[in-house]
Amino acid sequence: MTTIQTATAAVGIEARGIHLSYGSNHVLRGVELDVEQGTTACIIGPSGSGKSTLLRTMNRLAEPDAGEILLDGRSVMGDDPNVFRQRVGMVFQHFNLFPHMTVLQNVTFGLRRLRRMGREEAEAEAMQQLAHVGLAAKAPFRPSALSGGQQQRVALARALAMRPQVMLFDEVTSALDPELVKGILRLMAELSSEGMTMVVVTHEMGFARNVADQVTFMDAGVVVETGAPERIFDDPQSARLRRFLDQVL
Amino acid sequence: MEILSRLFQNFFNWEYIAQVLPVMLTAGIWNTLFLTAVSGVLAVVLGVLLAVMGMSHSRWLRWPARIYTDVLRGIPAILLIVIMGQGLFWLARDVFGTTSPYPLGITALTLITAAYLGEIFRSGIQSVDVGQSDAARALGFSSGSTMLFVIIPQGIRRVLPATMNQLIQLIKLSSLVFYLGLQADQREIFRIAQDFASMSGNQSALTVAAVCYLIITVPLTHLVNFIDQRLRDGKRVVVQDDPLAETGALDQPTSTTTPTTGVKPAAKETVS
Repeated sequence: MTTIQTATAAVGIEARGIHLSYGSNHVLRGVELDVEQGTTACIIGPSGSGKSTLLRTMNRLAEPDAGEILLDGRSVMGDDPNVFRQRVGMVFQHFNLFPHMTVLQNVTFGLRRLRRMGREEAEAEAMQQLAHVGLAAKAPFRPSALSGGQQQRVALARALAMRPQVMLFDEVTSALDPELVKGILRLMAELSSEGMTMVVVTHEMGFARNVADQVTFMDAGVVVETGAPERIFDDPQSARLRRFLDQVL
Repeated sequence: MEILSRLFQNFFNWEYIAQVLPVMLTAGIWNTLFLTAVSGVLAVVLGVLLAVMGMSHSRWLRWPARIYTDVLRGIPAILLIVIMGQGLFWLARDVFGTTSPYPLGITALTLITAAYLGEIFRSGIQSVDVGQSDAARALGFSSGSTMLFVIIPQGIRRVLPATMNQLIQLIKLSSLVFYLGLQADQREIFRIAQDFASMSGNQSALTVAAVCYLIITVPLTHLVNFIDQRLRDGKRVVVQDDPLAETGALDQPTSTTTPTTGVKPAAKETVS
């Protein structure tokens, strides 16, 4: 398996005092998260705890009402959000591939329009990324011709092609049939071991325990506990985390 | 039998049909197609603009689009054409530099059709999953580029059949430009038929006109179905190797089970 050279430039990402409300719904209430360069942080917690919303503030798809996001130790809140987002890749629960483009075009889209690569260069880069996720043969197809697992692998290739410095994963296996989950998790574990900085919102407790450097438990818009996976899973401090783990394990 | 024969003579008199047909084929059809094509293209452009304005966060863009749409959809097309033809003829002469009624007619047809297309496009654009915009913006695209390259292409594809219906409507609507007073070589299908029928006292030319409209519109409706299918599936991909072989039997397509609503699975806390 070829190693993708995305991880070399990985940097740390940090959320400081993030508050976000939708109307009267106070979704994030002062969230702190520090993910060091080259490490993988998993965020776990019940539905509606604000995990996905926190992830969306980390690439400023959702702008926090208060607090700041730091990339490589520097606040990005004053940056052009579109330029900032090119540095942070994201993969979504429902893949969100562009259905009117082929698999190849999905991956070259950002390279050509944002990175301003020529067609040949962009396609060579895209084919390399698709080969890495085992889908080079699917390049000329539309996403609708692919299984969910394959679509999610294309989504991963699309994000990695932009050579991000941080990768965000938002429940990327939740919409997949159980037998397709493993392939995605394997690719993510590989990426993690290559030194990518990753923030992973997940319900895959096995992944969190085995791959994460740090696990954060969120509930009701705050971080309740954070620490090494062994400490979170084997020695939970708070009653809320114990109750959550009782339900999911 | 005599009644039937008279009816037949009135609508299917071969002599009259033979007289009107050459004019129809050399001028009428082409003038109708020209009016429709030019105003159709302009209406699509204006319609996209109205749709985007109608969804804008700024009321200064949204309201004019709403008001425009309400007014133009709310009055009869013939009224607008007469208003423009009688009231604005002098202005059109100065603006377009010609006394031909075509520019004015095309303007009127464009304005009316754009109001309908704007609403069709807006519903199409709004039906595109919000995840599409998330994905493009997460890559680093601005909201404008996201709209242009991701949302609008998908939105318009979804409403292609409705759009084509509106353009077929426009073909028929183009007959109303006869109110602007057409010179002999400017006449389109309807005007030629009507002139001929009133001069001859026989309605066969109207039958010819009906057939001419059908020759244009019926293939179009079938063409749109074809294009619709093609856009859905993309170009046919010919791959020599079995495309599924490489990924293993477990990885069969499951697109029918893929949620597209953005709703999270209800029982997700219990997933381990």
